[in-house]
Amino acid sequence: MSTSQGLRAWLLSEEPTSRQQARYASWYKGWLTLRSNTLAMLGLFVLAFLILGAIFAPLLATHDPFAQDLGQRLLAPGENGHFFGTDSLGRDIYSRLLYGARISLYIVLLVVMVAPVVGLIVGTVSGYAGGWIDVLLMRITDIFLAFPRLILALAFVAALGAGIENAVLAISLTAWPPYARIARAETLTIRNSDYIHAIKLQGAGPFRIVTRHIWPLCISSLVIRVTLDMAGIILTAAGLGFLGLGAQPPSPEWGAMISEGRKYILDYWWVATIPGIAIFAISLAFNLIGDGLRDVLDPKEDNA
Amino acid sequence: MNAITVKALNVWFGTGAQKSYAVRDVNFNVADGESFGLVGESGSGKSTILRAMAGLVPTWSGEMSVAGETLGPRRSKAFYSKVQMVFQDPYASLHPRQTVDRVLSEAMNLHDVPNINQRIASLLDDVGLGPGFRFRYPHQLSGGQRQRVAIARALACNPSILLLDEPTSALDVSVQAEILNLLVDLRREHKLTYIMVSHDLGVVSHLCERIGVMKNGSFEEVLSVEAMRRFDTKSAYTQHLLESSINSIR
Repeated sequence: MSTSQGLRAWLLSEEPTSRQQARYASWYKGWLTLRSNTLAMLGLFVLAFLILGAIFAPLLATHDPFAQDLGQRLLAPGENGHFFGTDSLGRDIYSRLLYGARISLYIVLLVVMVAPVVGLIVGTVSGYAGGWIDVLLMRITDIFLAFPRLILALAFVAALGAGIENAVLAISLTAWPPYARIARAETLTIRNSDYIHAIKLQGAGPFRIVTRHIWPLCISSLVIRVTLDMAGIILTAAGLGFLGLGAQPPSPEWGAMISEGRKYILDYWWVATIPGIAIFAISLAFNLIGDGLRDVLDPKEDNA
Repeated sequence: MNAITVKALNVWFGTGAQKSYAVRDVNFNVADGESFGLVGESGSGKSTILRAMAGLVPTWSGEMSVAGETLGPRRSKAFYSKVQMVFQDPYASLHPRQTVDRVLSEAMNLHDVPNINQRIASLLDDVGLGPGFRFRYPHQLSGGQRQRVAIARALACNPSILLLDEPTSALDVSVQAEILNLLVDLRREHKLTYIMVSHDLGVVSHLCERIGVMKNGSFEEVLSVEAMRRFDTKSAYTQHLLESSINSIR
C-alpha cells in the first residue's frame, strides 16, 4: 500500500485514536465536502487565480500600470499588444487590472478582519447578556443602521483623511451592524438551549460560554453573509474612490477604473467593462465559496 | 445526613400582574444515597424544582440546602462539582459542533480534573460507550447514545448528586430500559443521590425509593414505592394517577 493511501485511510478512520488525528480527519473531511461541490471549487479556482495574479503582478504585467501614453489612448483590446486595450490616458488596462487585484484583495481582507469580528462581539454579548447591555448595544447598532452607508463612510473618511486604509476602516465601521443583528438573533435562539444550560451547570462563566460555545455556532451564518457582502464592499470602496475619498486617482483600483471609464462607456465599452468583469468575477467567486463553506462549517449536513 | 433539604420553596415566573407560581410551598428531604422521584402531570412544577435547585431559575424563595451548602441566589463553583443535571431531550442537550471528547474535556477542564485523557476513556466505558465514540459529533449518535454522553458529562467531575429531568422520556422503550439500568448501576458504583423527575410511574418505581406526587405546583403527598405498589395512598389524586397509569398499560 502506498503512503498516500495509508494517509487517506488514517484520515478517514472510523475510530480516530488521538485528538490530533480526529482534528486532521475533520479538516480532511471538510476538504472532501468542499471538493465535491463543483461550484465552490470553481469559486476557489477563480479566487486562487486572482490571488496569484495579484502576487505575481510585476511578472505578469506587460506595461507599467501608471505609465501614460496619450498617443495610445483608448485602444481596443488586442491592439498594439494591449490585451484589454488602454484607458483614456493610454494606460494598459490589463496591467492595471493585475495591480488592482492587490488593492481589491487588500480591501476585502481588511474589511473581513474588522466588520464581522466587531459584529460578532457586539451581537453575541448583547444577545447573551440581555437586559440594559442588550438595549444599549442594540440602540447603538440601530443608529449605525439608520445612516445611509456611503454617507456615514464619507463622514468617517472626512474625519480620518482620504486614502484606501481609511476608506476600508470607514466601510468596516458602517458594515458591522447587520453582522451584529445576525449574531444576536443566533445567540437568542442558542442561549436558552439545554447544552448552554449544561455548560453553565459545569460552572462555566459568561466569557467562556460566549467565546467557546456560542461563537462557533454563529460563525457559519456570518461567513455566508460576509461572502455575500463582498461585492457590496468592493463597490462601496469604489464609490468612495469615485468621490475622491478612497483610492486616489493614479491607483489602479477597479472601482475607480470603472468610474473613469464611465465617461466613454458608449464609444469605448471596454474601459469600464473589463474592470466590471473583474469585480463580477471576484464577487461571484466569493459567493460560490461562501455557499460551499456553509456546507463544510455545518457538520449536521454531512452524512459520513 | 440529608443530601438535599428543601423548605417552603416557591418558584414563580413573570412579575407584577403576570406573576404566576409554578411551585408553591414545597418541602422535602432526600437522604444521602437515596433516590427520590417527583411525579405529576405536565405543568405540575416538577422540572421547575430541579431547575431552581440547579440555579437555572433565579426567581425562587424559601430554603434549599444541597450537599451541606445552603443555596443563595448564586451557586459556588464547588456546588457544580457536587451537583449535576441530566436533561430530558438528548437531541438538545449536546452542543451540535462539539465532539464527545470536546464535551467531556470541557467539563473536566472547568473542574481541573487531572489526567483528562484516561478519565475520558474510563468515563465512556462507565456509560457503556466504546472508545470509538470519542471523536463523534452528536449528529452521528443515536438518542440513547447521546443520553449516555450526557450522563457521562454529568459524571465528569465526580458529583455526588444527580438531578435527572425525565432522562428517558425522549427515548424508545427498549432504549429507556438500557438507560434506566445504566442509571441504577452508576448509582450503585458511585454512591450517587438521585432526584428524578418523570411522568412515568413505572420509570420512577424502577429507580426510586420514595416518590413525591405533585399537582399544580405543590406536593399532594410523599410516599414510598412499596406503598405505591400497594395502592396505599392518602390522596385521591394519587389514587387517580395510579389507576390511570395502570389502565394505560392495559
